Amino acid sequence: MLNKTLAELAKGLEQGEFSSVELTQAYLERIKNEDSKYNSFITVTEELALQQATAADTSRAAGNATAMTGLPIAHKDIFCTEGVRTSAGSKMLDNFISPYDATVVRKFNAAGTVTLGKTNMDEFAMGSSNESSFYGPTRNPWDTDRVPGGSSGGSAAAIAAGLTPAATGTDTGGSIRQPAAFCNLTGLKPTYGRVSRYGMIAYASSLDQGGPMAHTAEDAAMMMNVMAGTDPLDSTSAERNVPDYTANLDAPLTGLKIGLPKEFFSARLDPAMATLIQTAVKEYEALGATIKEVSLPNTALSVPAYYIIAPAEASSNLSRFDGVRYGYRCEDPKDLEDMYKRTRGEGFGSEVKRRIMVGTYALSEGFYDAYYKKAQQIRRLIQQDFIRVLSEVDVIMGPTTPTPAFKLGEKTSDPVDMYMEDIFTLSLNLAGLPGMSIPCGMTNGLPVGLQIIGNYFAEEKLLNVAHKFQQATDWHTLKPAGL
Amino acid sequence: MALNRTDVEKIAHLARLQIDDNDVPEYAQNLSNILDLIGQMQNIDTSDIEPLAHPFDAVQRLRADKITELNQREHLQSVAPAVANGLFLVPKVIE
Repeated sequence: MLNKTLAELAKGLEQGEFSSVELTQAYLERIKNEDSKYNSFITVTEELALQQATAADTSRAAGNATAMTGLPIAHKDIFCTEGVRTSAGSKMLDNFISPYDATVVRKFNAAGTVTLGKTNMDEFAMGSSNESSFYGPTRNPWDTDRVPGGSSGGSAAAIAAGLTPAATGTDTGGSIRQPAAFCNLTGLKPTYGRVSRYGMIAYASSLDQGGPMAHTAEDAAMMMNVMAGTDPLDSTSAERNVPDYTANLDAPLTGLKIGLPKEFFSARLDPAMATLIQTAVKEYEALGATIKEVSLPNTALSVPAYYIIAPAEASSNLSRFDGVRYGYRCEDPKDLEDMYKRTRGEGFGSEVKRRIMVGTYALSEGFYDAYYKKAQQIRRLIQQDFIRVLSEVDVIMGPTTPTPAFKLGEKTSDPVDMYMEDIFTLSLNLAGLPGMSIPCGMTNGLPVGLQIIGNYFAEEKLLNVAHKFQQATDWHTLKPAGL
Repeated sequence: MALNRTDVEKIAHLARLQIDDNDVPEYAQNLSNILDLIGQMQNIDTSDIEPLAHPFDAVQRLRADKITELNQREHLQSVAPAVANGLFLVPKVIE
């Protein structure tokens, strides 16, 4: 019963092939036996999972089951989970037992899913490799010498290794799409505001967005049906109706207009990957789509703009970690300032400290206009590029990443080198647009992701476009050797 | 743009971060590289461009002025490092 998609598992539960308790036990067993190779979970919530599975089976027996009842999933350890440690991958929150549920967690619980555990991540979601976690790096099941991507790398590795059929992730600059690409998964970053941020530990509030990670677009659609929606507890959540994301997955793509931004096929892009992306685009032509070259001239500026805006917001958001109300506190503080400084100096890892310092510098007296304001002006230029192009085409396609998964330690010496990894994903967060990554081939045994970008609130269209590709190809069904 | 030791120490103080003395040169180097990357923005003319703070230029939503929060003080303070009589304890600030 393992190695199936959520949709297949849902059918198995419905037809009584196995119970949720049996399914949950099988996954817990596999996590116990296999996760030492990947380090994809920070916390396994065995007791909670079995309780939820028992409740799901009872609910099914009473005839009350819905689409997700009894399906096991994992949550990125950035989503507050009541009664469970929620660490955000940081020493700062190593002792933090959340007193409440994030809205996303609450909604999944209400939908009857089973929480297998909390997945590893870059500390406070700041990273593109999962190497900045206080709990040690996560390894890519496709090649354990390589990173799974980040910051939702634990979720990605756990799914790719068959330790959970699906998981939640968050994406501030590519943190769902890039690990999905590196681990041969389907990941969706929804439109800013589509999924509530309440209880999702904040990194950069104007960019952060939660979303699903799974094997297929169909599974991602099932999860979006649970996750999306207005939340009175998040004033930035969008006040719009939520469609049934599974309803139009099979709609034909005849006449679909695809834009290929020439800036996404730049010298940075690995040539073998460029060929795979072009092959995927040809597949779409065979499905009835038409192709047009387009231009997003400010793409390269998304890196500097992002690395001002995100650290600036982070420096403000992370000021709450002061050792007073929750989380880590240093030993024997001699006064309040000593307590703040040592708590934060000891509690945060080096990448988090770097970003806090960049943000503090950018917002400090005399530099605001040159950095923060300038970055927000560039943010508008990037948004205008997308609005113009999306008035001419239905979706934009290109690579998710410039290279396949890199080796552990390969990009840790110079942060700028790591930041350039995000060049194709950052611009969507700045514009607030939805985007997906889906498997589209392999290079030297490593997965390659096709990025699909749509207009605001076009998640349903993106899932349809992704699903049709997955009906015509089998890249998404490939598993690492031995699984 | 190159930051020196004093710059890094000043920023770290503003952010209330204790940085180990031995780590300052590496931070200075990393932060200088990041500022060089960010410096690419300065070549772009943005004089007539309105800054974008939020993808939809949204404004804060309003709601009826009704009490919606329950008092959960004990529950929320259960994760605090030090409390007494419902108060969070910190090192003495007034002599």
